Amino acid sequence: MTNAEAAPVLQLSGIGKEFGAIRALHDVDMQVFPGEVVGLMGDNGAGKSTLVKIIAGNFRPSHGEIRFAGSAVHFNRPIDARTVGIEVVYQDLALADNLTAAANVFLGRELKRKFGPLALLDHKAMAARALELFGELRSETRPYDLVKQMSGGQRQAVAIARTRLSNARLVMMDEPTAAISVRQVEQVLSLIHRLKEQGVAVMLISHRMPDVFAVCDRVIVMRRGEKRADKAIHTTSPEEVTALITGAKEAA
Amino acid sequence: MAMQLESPVSFSNVGEIKWWRRGIFASQTGYVLLALLVLMVVMHFASPYFFTQGNMQNVAKNFSFIAIATLGVTFVIITGGIDLSVGSLMCFSAMITSMVMSGLSTPGMPGASLFVHLAADGKTVVANLPGLILVVSIVAGLAVAFLVGLVNGFCIAVLGLSPFVTTLGMLSIVRGLGYVVSNGRGSFPGGPDADYFYALTSGDVLGVPAPFIYLVILALTMAVVLHHTSFGRHVFALGGNEKAAELTGIPVVRVKIEVYVICALAAGLQGIIISGWLGSAPANMATSYELNVIAAAVIGGANLAGGIGGPLGAIVGCVLLEVIRNGLVLAQVNSYWQQTLVGVIIILAVLVDRIRSRMT
Repeated sequence: MTNAEAAPVLQLSGIGKEFGAIRALHDVDMQVFPGEVVGLMGDNGAGKSTLVKIIAGNFRPSHGEIRFAGSAVHFNRPIDARTVGIEVVYQDLALADNLTAAANVFLGRELKRKFGPLALLDHKAMAARALELFGELRSETRPYDLVKQMSGGQRQAVAIARTRLSNARLVMMDEPTAAISVRQVEQVLSLIHRLKEQGVAVMLISHRMPDVFAVCDRVIVMRRGEKRADKAIHTTSPEEVTALITGAKEAA
Repeated sequence: MAMQLESPVSFSNVGEIKWWRRGIFASQTGYVLLALLVLMVVMHFASPYFFTQGNMQNVAKNFSFIAIATLGVTFVIITGGIDLSVGSLMCFSAMITSMVMSGLSTPGMPGASLFVHLAADGKTVVANLPGLILVVSIVAGLAVAFLVGLVNGFCIAVLGLSPFVTTLGMLSIVRGLGYVVSNGRGSFPGGPDADYFYALTSGDVLGVPAPFIYLVILALTMAVVLHHTSFGRHVFALGGNEKAAELTGIPVVRVKIEVYVICALAAGLQGIIISGWLGSAPANMATSYELNVIAAAVIGGANLAGGIGGPLGAIVGCVLLEVIRNGLVLAQVNSYWQQTLVGVIIILAVLVDRIRSRMT
C-alpha cells in the first residue's frame, strides 16, 4: 500500500556524510509517504543510525538535500526537526522513571495556566490529554502512574504518545522491539498500526525481520553507507532482505 | 491493511495502585516522619521538659539554623548532584555581610560617606534611610553566594566537571577566602543597623523564632516551585534521566546552573541568619555543616542518585536530627553520643527504604 499519487512527506536526495576520512553515507535517495510504514534495515555500521540522526537533526549532512512536506529544510539541532514535525522514539525510550506517565508525555512542553505573573503547571489538562492519547494508542496506561512501575509495552506507549502530542508527521522508531517480551512486541506493532491509521509516516529501524515484515509497507536496506534496496514488502522476502544486508546479494 | 475494531480501553489488566502504596505513604519521607512522631511521643514520656514552650522554641530555632540550607541542597540532590561547599559558603556570606555592615557604618571607611557621617559631637549619624546599610550588606552577602553558585554551576554544567570534585574544591576555596578577607579574626555585625539585623535574624514574632518563619515561607515556595512549575518538573527529570531530559529539549545546562545558584543563595542566607544568632561571623563558623545538611536531606528521603526529594523531607530530616540532639541532652546522655547516633540513623533510614522497595 503505497500512496504513489500523494506527495512524499520526507524526501532525501543525494544525502552523504563524512566523518573525517570515514564515509558513513553516500548518495542516499529516499522518499517516505504519509501513512506509510518504512522499514530501515542494515547490519551494524551500515549507516542506519547516521541516516536517522541526520533526519532527526543530530548531524548535518555533508552533501545532499532534505525536503520535508515539500520544502527544503536545514536542521541545526534536534529541536528544529521536531518543530517541523519529525519525532524520534529512542531505543532506550528517553523516559524519566521518577515522573508520571503524563509528566513524561509533556516533558519539555508542559501545559501551563497563568496566575498573574506566575505560570503554574496545568496537571488536569495534561492528564486528560495524556489519557486521550493512551486511548488512541489502545494502551492501558494511567496518566498519574509512575513510569518506573510500568511494563515495557506501557513505557513504549508513553514514548509514542509523546510524538502524538505535537501531531508529528514522521515518527522514527529506533529498535522499538529490541528488548521487550513477545506480548509487548505485539503491542508495539499495534501502536505502529495506530500511527499509520492516523496518516503518520513511520520509519522503523529494526534488526528483527519478523517485525519488519509484519508492519512495514516498504523496506529499505542499507549496506556500507549506501542504499542497496528499496522494495514494496510484498515483492520481497526475508531471505532476499537477509542476503542484501549481508552482501550476499549486491543490490535489488 | 484493515484493522479490526477493538473495545475501548478497559484497564482490565492494569490495576490501580492503592492510595497507601503511593505518594508520601510509600516514601522514605513518610516513614521518617512517622519515626519522628513516635520519637517525640517517647521523649514526652521520658522528659517532662520536652514539650514545654521554651524547649519547643529552642528546637524550632535550632533546626531552622540548618534547614534553609538543607532546602537548597535538596534542589541539587534532586538533580543527582551534590554541593559540599555550603558550610564554607555560610561562613563566607555571613562574614561579607557583617564586614560590609561594619565598614559602611564607620566614617572614613571606603563608601561609608554615602551612608554615615560624623556629627559635631563625635557621634555617628545615619545619612540615609535607617535600614539601608542593613539591606546593602545583606545584598552583598547574598551576591557573593550568587557568584559562588554561578561558578559551581558553570564548572559542573558547562565544563562537565563532577559535582563532588567541583564543590569539594569550592569548599576549600571559599573557606580560604573567608580567612583571607578576615585575616582569620572573624567579624562582627556593627553600626547603627545592627539592632535591626539582630531582630531579623534571632528575634521572634509572637513567640515564633524568625528563622522558623523564613523556613516555612521558603519551604512552601519550594513545594510550589518543585511540583507546580515547569522548572521544578525539569529538576526532577534531570535527576531521573539526564539524557531523556536533554533529548526532550529541556535546557539542561541552564537548569543545572540554576539549582547550584539556588543552593548557594540558601546557604548564604542561612549563614547570615546564623551569624545574627551568634552575634559574630568567626572564620571557623559552620565548619563541616555541609555534612549535617546533606545528612538531614538524605534522612528526610532525598536520594543521592537523583530524582527524589522535597521540602517536607528536608525539614523532617533537620527536625529529627535536632530532636535527637535535644533528647540526648534532656535524657542526660553524654552528648558525644550524638554524632554516632546520627550516623546510625542515616544508615537506618536508607535501609528501611531499601527493604520497603524490595517488598513491593
